[in-house]
Amino acid sequence: MSATVLATDALYAWVGVLLCGLGLFGFIIHRHLLRRLLAFNVMGSGSFLLLVGLAQDGRGIDPVPQALVLTGIVVAVASTALALVIFRRWHRVSGESTLPEDV
Amino acid sequence: MSLLPALVMLPLSAALASTLLPLRWRGPLGVALAVLLAGVACGLLRTVVGDGPQAHALGGWAPPLGIALVADGLAAGMVVLTATVALPCALHAALGLRGEAVEDGFWPLFWFMWAALNGIWLSADLFNLYVGLELLGLAAVGLVALKGSAGALAAAMRYLLAALLGSLAYLIGVALLYAAWGSLALADLAGFMAEAGVAQSGSLTTLVALGLMSAGLLLKTALFPLHGWLPPAHGGALPPVSALLSALVIKASLYILMRLWIMAGPALTPLALGWLLGALGAAAVFWGGWMALRQARLKHLVAYSTVAQIGYLFLFFPLFGVANMDAARLAWDGTLLMLAAHALAKAGMFLAAGNLVLAVGSPHIADLTGISRFRPLSLMSFGLAGVSLMGLPPSAGFTAKWLLLQSALASGQWVWIMVLVGGGLLSAAYVFRVFRHAFVEGPARDRFASPPLALELSALALGSASIALGLVAQAPLEWLRIGSPLATGVP
Repeated sequence: MSATVLATDALYAWVGVLLCGLGLFGFIIHRHLLRRLLAFNVMGSGSFLLLVGLAQDGRGIDPVPQALVLTGIVVAVASTALALVIFRRWHRVSGESTLPEDV
Repeated sequence: MSLLPALVMLPLSAALASTLLPLRWRGPLGVALAVLLAGVACGLLRTVVGDGPQAHALGGWAPPLGIALVADGLAAGMVVLTATVALPCALHAALGLRGEAVEDGFWPLFWFMWAALNGIWLSADLFNLYVGLELLGLAAVGLVALKGSAGALAAAMRYLLAALLGSLAYLIGVALLYAAWGSLALADLAGFMAEAGVAQSGSLTTLVALGLMSAGLLLKTALFPLHGWLPPAHGGALPPVSALLSALVIKASLYILMRLWIMAGPALTPLALGWLLGALGAAAVFWGGWMALRQARLKHLVAYSTVAQIGYLFLFFPLFGVANMDAARLAWDGTLLMLAAHALAKAGMFLAAGNLVLAVGSPHIADLTGISRFRPLSLMSFGLAGVSLMGLPPSAGFTAKWLLLQSALASGQWVWIMVLVGGGLLSAAYVFRVFRHAFVEGPARDRFASPPLALELSALALGSASIALGLVAQAPLEWLRIGSPLATGVP
């Protein structure tokens, strides 16, 4: 386990953290639903990168995080699809692309 | 032959089957299968009570590689509670939605929801819980969106965004925990953390992980002040959907939070954090009650009442965290009984509210004028559920509050008594507000739509169950302790 390997591992994990942070920031500041959905996906990718990146700590290849990330991707795709369907319906019914202000 | 896989596989197969079947068969199939599943659930509870906790490794793959389903007393109890609530809701839906356009989507989503719930109760590892949470969230959002009106779609979208954010925070927490400990099984993690001691297990990674997971779960449980998505989603949905969402779906994330909290042990869950959750719960009781009092629409009143009632369940965290064994046991019993009482009462109340709205043809409380003479049965179910929510004897709500009160006394945390009493007064205020309108003799209105009798009976069954549970609470509470930390003597 050399210092370079450690550095790369940490790099992946930190990029994951950065993506999560960016995604969360976008999720909070944007009102447009499509942008919020994209921000959520950025956040999702960040967490997958974190999951895989953290698992490479020199113990050899660990298949568990890979399997988890695969499941996570499937879930993310499904939820994005559902969100898009609801967004389209909402847009058609109300003509809006943002949610009404909080009640 | 273990019953555990059947409890997840049956509803999953039912979900697939009901997308294929012709529309008119879905309702009858739904009710029939719900009866069967309730039977299986009772069978599981009997086995757990008789032989102790059950475990089943799916496909013969032992953990940590495979996924195990585990049923201790708590899990078996939740499975039975789910069946008890879902069966009348299925009956209500089969008759109440018959011939309507929304029936098409209801049954598959209903079954997916049930499968996800059973999956969550029986899961023993963090990732399986994540999958359960996601499936539950997606099914619940679909159920909210079913109506297709602008309000329902906005509520569903808001709910979906909250659910996605919550489960992502949970997932990141799972990633960090796996990196730190190399396992996802709850039992393993609890063992490692206890073995490593505070200095090691209290590392930054673990703390951040637990914090993220808790925050995500709080968002999904809609604890004040993260409750903004709940009232439109629960108040605007179809009656059986509101009932299921309020009674069961929000309890799933709370259940995971409780498991997580117990897994981490007292070292990682300092009493101060417990107090924070308890304080938020107390705020929820008062804010939810106050908002319920101010709602113009009946179902939104009931939805805000859910926001308030969730608050009581969070008193578990400060009360369970103390070193006093008696207080911890009372907190465990009281919280779980409160959970069951709220599930039964709130499901009954939402079904009754749905019937009342159907009868008067208006969602507004003020339009209930004169209903008491024409739909007494629905009003009575509403009242029975209300008695349990207020915590009047002999309801389960009363017994639960009594246990929590004793726990607060035993642990010296007097302040929660004010919450328990004040919250009860507020609930009484909003329940009686409905009755005040219902008993006014209106200006010559004597025509109301009449829902089928079975709709009224399903609401009545749930309302009465919430009272009856208070009379027989002793035995179920003992079953729930099977395999729990209280059974082994370590709080």
